[in-house]
Amino acid sequence: MARLNVNPTRMVLTNLKKRLRTARRGHKLLKDKRDELMKKFLGVVRENRKEREIVETMMKDVNSRFVMARALMSDTHLEEALIYPKQKVTLEASSRNIMSVEVPVFEFSTEGGGEDIFPYGFAATSGELDGALSALQQVTPHLLKLAELEKTAQLLADEIEKTRRRVNALEYVMIPNLEETIKYIVMKLDENERGNLTRLMKVKDMMLEQAHHYKERQLEA
Amino acid sequence: MHKIAVMGDKDSILGFKAIGFDIFPTRSGEESANLLKRLAEEGYALIYITEDAASEIMEEISFYRNSYFPAIILIPGSKGSLGIGMKSVKESIEKAVGADILSQND
Repeated sequence: MARLNVNPTRMVLTNLKKRLRTARRGHKLLKDKRDELMKKFLGVVRENRKEREIVETMMKDVNSRFVMARALMSDTHLEEALIYPKQKVTLEASSRNIMSVEVPVFEFSTEGGGEDIFPYGFAATSGELDGALSALQQVTPHLLKLAELEKTAQLLADEIEKTRRRVNALEYVMIPNLEETIKYIVMKLDENERGNLTRLMKVKDMMLEQAHHYKERQLEA
Repeated sequence: MHKIAVMGDKDSILGFKAIGFDIFPTRSGEESANLLKRLAEEGYALIYITEDAASEIMEEISFYRNSYFPAIILIPGSKGSLGIGMKSVKESIEKAVGADILSQND
């Protein structure tokens, strides 16, 4: 692992140690965040799949009914029948916070329709169209639920990916680098200390020699 | 107060008009791409698009994937389900987990 490019001094050492502590703490927190996000995500995505299956089978039904309706009516008649809708859908979007990820919550309300959603008189239209429309009306809540779940899943997936990258960067780059640099500085400081000690011992020897002239006395004796 | 749009070929989406959604028929991929951009700018929170039309503009759709609005949801069109919608769910799983861990279950 690469060592950081720093001066091996005591002050840098203290700073690096502080950074390492922060990095470790951040790593632990992000890891917890990732795990919790994953738990939430798997729940959402399971529901998402279920809802999508429901919607797809229901839409298939709606579409086949529509095909029948279209076969029995002319295009102009069909368009004319549907051109002015009786009910109006308003969508309220609020947001929910999952582990600091903002996800949308959709609520919809219909206006004007009531039980009877058919915007046309029954004289010029076929019965299949009625069936298709009421089937479609039944899918609507599922469609909205699906939208909510799918968006939530997408946003969570994005956040999980980001968090995972951060966790990995801390775990495999930041923390090892800091550890290595700290080790390097400690070694360097220890080495300096040892060098200093031997130098002092040597100087002491030399000074004693100067004061007492041990060698000369040894020769005399 | 937000609006809901439905995009796709006219035959598949005509019914949504009666429900009260705004429908936007498109014919070509280029047209859909421009339309999608316009709808997103006009503040539609929810855009349903038929798998058929979506298959031509996957890039444009994935552009909005990680933004809060609009939510772009694929629905099967008159040709039936093409499996693209389910694939996008799988993509989310793969992105988050690294592998598709749910599809073996069924």
